[in-house]
Amino acid sequence: MSRDLLAWLVRFVTGCRGKGAALPSGPVVYYGNHSSHLDAVVIWASIPRPMRARTRPVAARDYWAATALRRYWATQLLNAMLIERREVTRASNPLGPMLAALEAGDSLILFPEGTRSLEGEVGEFQGGLFHIARQRPHTPMVPVYLENLNRILPKGDLLPLPLIGSALFGPAIFWAEGEPKPTFLERARAALLELQQTS
Amino acid sequence: MLLGVLALLLASSIAAAVICWRRVGDDEFRRNLVLRIASWWVLALIFSAAASLGMAGLSILFAFASFLAFREFVSLIATRRADHRALFWAFFFVIPLQYYLVYLQWYGLFAVFIPVYVAAILPIRIVVAGDTQNFLERTAKIQWGLVSCVYFVSHVPALLMVPLRGGDGSAANLKLVLFLLIVVQLSDVFQYVWGKMIGRTPVAPSISPKKTVEGLIGGIATAAAIGTLLHRVTPFTMIEAAQYSLLIAVAGFGGGLVMSAVKRDRGVKDFGELIPGHGGILDRFDSICFAAPLLFHVVRFFHAADG
Repeated sequence: MSRDLLAWLVRFVTGCRGKGAALPSGPVVYYGNHSSHLDAVVIWASIPRPMRARTRPVAARDYWAATALRRYWATQLLNAMLIERREVTRASNPLGPMLAALEAGDSLILFPEGTRSLEGEVGEFQGGLFHIARQRPHTPMVPVYLENLNRILPKGDLLPLPLIGSALFGPAIFWAEGEPKPTFLERARAALLELQQTS
Repeated sequence: MLLGVLALLLASSIAAAVICWRRVGDDEFRRNLVLRIASWWVLALIFSAAASLGMAGLSILFAFASFLAFREFVSLIATRRADHRALFWAFFFVIPLQYYLVYLQWYGLFAVFIPVYVAAILPIRIVVAGDTQNFLERTAKIQWGLVSCVYFVSHVPALLMVPLRGGDGSAANLKLVLFLLIVVQLSDVFQYVWGKMIGRTPVAPSISPKKTVEGLIGGIATAAAIGTLLHRVTPFTMIEAAQYSLLIAVAGFGGGLVMSAVKRDRGVKDFGELIPGHGGILDRFDSICFAAPLLFHVVRFFHAADG
């Protein structure tokens, strides 16, 4: 109930409606451009309700577990999966839990740039998306282009602007057998940027 | 006068029912028509509720309208990280204060607050943030948006602050607001209707291919004729009412054209999706923006009580 209210509130404040390609059923990896704290919650709120219940944002533990409020927001409200992005050891490798969640039928929200950009530009992708795609070649990787969110709540500011944002869902991509890491990551990034041009 | 608006809405709803029943035009056209008229009912109801609360009601209503219009405008333009705080103050300080000045009927400050104080302070706030890339472009766009969406629109409730010569108090002013809104909106509606019926020659093909010379002349003439007939409820003579309705219908058309150019420049069809069938609030307010200050100053200059 409170999660439905939160989803409605997020859509109301950011003006975001999910638009674009029809979403595949079953576990999906949504990956988006990252420029605001609102990004994960906007993608989450734009997904149709039945799928939303089984969708988990993937977030950096060093940031989101740093204070009690952040931890509550991330883990209690959004059911986020907190992962290590610094000093990754064999034991704390985030790939395992992510693959397990997909195996269990959950969908994930990822930001392959690994950090928020300042002016809304889309940076180079980190490797995680490739490793998931290679391990699960039949799981759809859905690009989600987020527009204006860096202007609604930019990095390093706490006062939000009441602008109209949007979340544009593109057609899913899959890892092609034998496709090398840089090629796949560049293709994934291009699929995301493609949505920017149609927006 | 409100009864007249009610009759007009009823008539258009009946006309729409006939159009749907006789299946005139394609599905898309009929759907849009029904949505448009439904939205007109909602807008008229909201306006009547606010107007019944007098100056406070209208100030708050148009403050919200400005807020939403500026929101649509800023969402479309390119601003940078450095503009964030300035925009925050524009939304949450400049808009409320401008309408508070309207509510206080403080003409002196109302008239200069945005063109002088905000125009000077806003670029200073932005330059302090230290980002010079496209600096002039960014500040100019934000200021233009504030002038069109906030300063101009605030002249609608400000019509209530002009003490009218020979008027019967605030009721006469409220009728003036209705006069403006009815003439401007009817001009839009009849431009659309005449354009659909006999429109052939595009008036500005590079800006808005749907606007035609026939629609323009028919719409403005019809709105001016209705405005002239309304002169009994205004402080104007028949000739004045005719001149002023012509003035605000032409200004309204100009405003619509300017906002169309903005949309075309940014590559969008509508400013938003807030009002079903019409688009965003700016798609409905584009003509009011430019007509309101003109009528305000004409009234203040020629019809204000002395002292």
